[in-house]
Amino acid sequence: MDIVGARAEQVAREDLVMFVNACFSCTGQREFYNDGRGQAVSIEFLHAYILGNYRRLYTRTLAAGINHFNQAQIILNLLASGKQTPSADRHEEGALIAAALRALPPQRAYRVLDVLRERRINNRRSRAIVREFLKGRADLHFDAVKYRSKLRAAVAHTHLKLPGELNPFLFHGWRKRVFQAPLLETFRKAHYDASALFELPYTVAEGLAAKHQLPRDVFLRKIEPRLTAAERLRLQGSATRAQGAIALDLGRTPLTRLALYVLSLPLEVRRERLAELHTALEQAAVNSLRRASVPLGRVAAVLDNSYSASGSSEKRRRPLGVALAAHYLLAATAREYRAFWMHPPEHPLLSRARGQTDLATPLLDALDWMPELVVVVSDGYDNDPPNAVAEVTRLFRTKLDPARRTTIIHANPVFASELYAPRGIGTHVPTVGVRDAEDLPTVLGFARFAEGASPLAELEDYLAARVRRMLEHSPRGHAGTEPPRARSELPEESLDEEVA
Amino acid sequence: MKEGGKSAVRRLPLTGLRLAPSQVWGSIRLVPVLRDDIPGDLRITRRSYDEDVSVVSLQGGLMEPGLHYVSYVPHGLVVDWDDKGAAVTPETRLRKPEAKEGKSLKHGPFSSTRVLHRMVHREDKNRLRLLPMHLTMEGFLALYFGGPQVAWSEYSQEALSQGLNPRSEWTSSGWASAAFAEALRIFELHERQVGVLIFQADALLSCAIVSHPEDYRALHRALLEDFYGDLLVQYGFLGDVPVLGTGVEDASVNSMRDLRAAIERMRADWADFMGFMAEGIIGAEVITSPLYEAGPFHLQRFITGLSPSEENHMGEAILRGDGTVEYLKTYRLSAAQTRRAYLLKQLAQGGWSLERTAEHLKTTRDELIVRLRNAGFGYLLKEHVLKAAETRHARR
Repeated sequence: MDIVGARAEQVAREDLVMFVNACFSCTGQREFYNDGRGQAVSIEFLHAYILGNYRRLYTRTLAAGINHFNQAQIILNLLASGKQTPSADRHEEGALIAAALRALPPQRAYRVLDVLRERRINNRRSRAIVREFLKGRADLHFDAVKYRSKLRAAVAHTHLKLPGELNPFLFHGWRKRVFQAPLLETFRKAHYDASALFELPYTVAEGLAAKHQLPRDVFLRKIEPRLTAAERLRLQGSATRAQGAIALDLGRTPLTRLALYVLSLPLEVRRERLAELHTALEQAAVNSLRRASVPLGRVAAVLDNSYSASGSSEKRRRPLGVALAAHYLLAATAREYRAFWMHPPEHPLLSRARGQTDLATPLLDALDWMPELVVVVSDGYDNDPPNAVAEVTRLFRTKLDPARRTTIIHANPVFASELYAPRGIGTHVPTVGVRDAEDLPTVLGFARFAEGASPLAELEDYLAARVRRMLEHSPRGHAGTEPPRARSELPEESLDEEVA
Repeated sequence: MKEGGKSAVRRLPLTGLRLAPSQVWGSIRLVPVLRDDIPGDLRITRRSYDEDVSVVSLQGGLMEPGLHYVSYVPHGLVVDWDDKGAAVTPETRLRKPEAKEGKSLKHGPFSSTRVLHRMVHREDKNRLRLLPMHLTMEGFLALYFGGPQVAWSEYSQEALSQGLNPRSEWTSSGWASAAFAEALRIFELHERQVGVLIFQADALLSCAIVSHPEDYRALHRALLEDFYGDLLVQYGFLGDVPVLGTGVEDASVNSMRDLRAAIERMRADWADFMGFMAEGIIGAEVITSPLYEAGPFHLQRFITGLSPSEENHMGEAILRGDGTVEYLKTYRLSAAQTRRAYLLKQLAQGGWSLERTAEHLKTTRDELIVRLRNAGFGYLLKEHVLKAAETRHARR
């Protein structure tokens, strides 16, 4: 290959690695070191740049396991610029968009439809995608109640005619008529009668409870059976304050979310419930490995619990939560495992984000143990002394272990907007972005591209393979093929209704 | 407990303290100061005042006429100590309501004044309240305050009868710099940290050191309410300072043990280097004047030599009998402030005689008068003396 071509390939590879990395970690929210505005500008620029230069790879990133925020951005950007799609890619692009939209959590997917209207994207393909998405929803009556304004916006924007009473329900509301569909009728009744309210989804009932001036503790007690797992978790704090308790099945909560919940508890509570929380986290780790698993050998984790791991007001304790979740995940998947915390806590569950960042010492301890794989979970800032961890990794790679018996991978939950990438810990260690610890198996696979050694073709193959897998798992246009995550948001009853 | 005493020249070494690598945000560099030996027999807590203006009576009773110091004082520090070396628990809100101190006067709905008694006020057997930085600033303003003692004919009536009264100085609050606020927010406190050296564009701006790490943790954000030299704002327009990462030499590393040793060396180099950067105050000669003696602790304020060509700091400190710094706060004088203080010092040394002072400074009387005017002391001299000197100086 000529030099120009080789250079172009290198640039393309670096651009893509940067983009996928950003798509794992950035959510456009403020971080400990960067404000939200900078994050948003930075990630918008990256999207525009990659879309303009590498459209096909941009599309295929949808299948790379990136976070929901960036999936939604990609879907929107693709729909807005459908004209530029080369005809050869048209089919794949459409299928990917449809599959990705279906796989998003419903509130995120409906938000995408809402933004379609805000940005006045109304081409034929967008309308088709919306139609297809709504056709694929398990229970439109439920959606019509829970996501009413967003569904109405989508229907009005795309001039859709929904079956049955849905169109009148969305556009005329509860005042006009009596509905045949039970859920819609309950919704209508609940406006007049507080007792009907408890048949509705929590978010809808909450607003109506305020209208009927129901006391908070009564409302929470009666609505409890209707809560989704995420809502149960979210309401733990306010339910305790309201002198109630909400049954919570900790074992079913996703790992990182559970870790964040545990870290939000006061230290004394964590100490009291140590055994219970510990088991729950272990269970959650096993559950998440069921989805994607890579068996690992001798693994050391270097975990950052310095003050900057406390995150920001928008992502409270997220870096620490990811570190804690990664601890349980790696412990569950590795044959031999040891954790090296920066400020060793009494028990991992009792860790707090405090103190300076001295990443070099725990990394040196970890390397002394001679593991096959070292996973560093840190925001990439290193200040005691600065540059020390970069020097450790450089000398270790170049002088002490040139044969690469030990692999070091840096997983970074924080997107540094000024770098357009998660901050690294030296040029000799690949840095990959993560949002949830559950992404770790995926990003460990992706890390070899971040290292910069593998050629572009391999990255393209990797993405193509993931695209194939994604499209296989959700055959197009087939109703009821939602992934389990989306389904768990819906209460059992609503699914039964559709069958009946 | 005794008050007053003679000033002396001494050095300010940081015994018992060590420095850690700096943390950088924009043009602000914060260097953590760590303390290994923490006896806990001196604790400092913050007491906030929310008045717009505070008046501190320096002489006489609380509401009596006399010398007053007027400034915005956001908080005071309460020092609790034990002379026997036992650990003390710091003052809590419950024991003494904050509103009780001094006297709060309201004028209209939006403004209020608090009248406080003395810069350093003894509240209990083993408790002292001091107004941080203002203590230092008041000392600076009082320096050579009296004006001419001999009625030289050049001085104006006002200068002869009133001295330099009233004197005023301007400083910048920590809030003035957004970078400083952000740097304090993201700063990662060490477990044994008791203080911080604040650099702006790598010029030492201030040191703040207390006795106990918990007290420092509580006071960390209050650093924003203190005031700093003009450099905080002036140098704020300069670009970012480098993170200053030092490296390890490849040839010296052949094993994991070498690598660990090299990182340790890197850490030690950092402390030495930061100490070198702060030479303007740490280990420098200062003129100290004692204020209070509280058991084994000595409260004093100090100022450096006031040489216009060097960086000049002033501050206040509590030293243990063995010379350990238990409390320290410093302020960097701006170039103009140094010039003013320098001129006053020279005048005082020359007995306020313009001729003698000019001779001592190896300059002419006219030039000295112009320098005095430029420094803002034109009001000291009679109008016609000033005019004549200016004309002659301009003609030259």
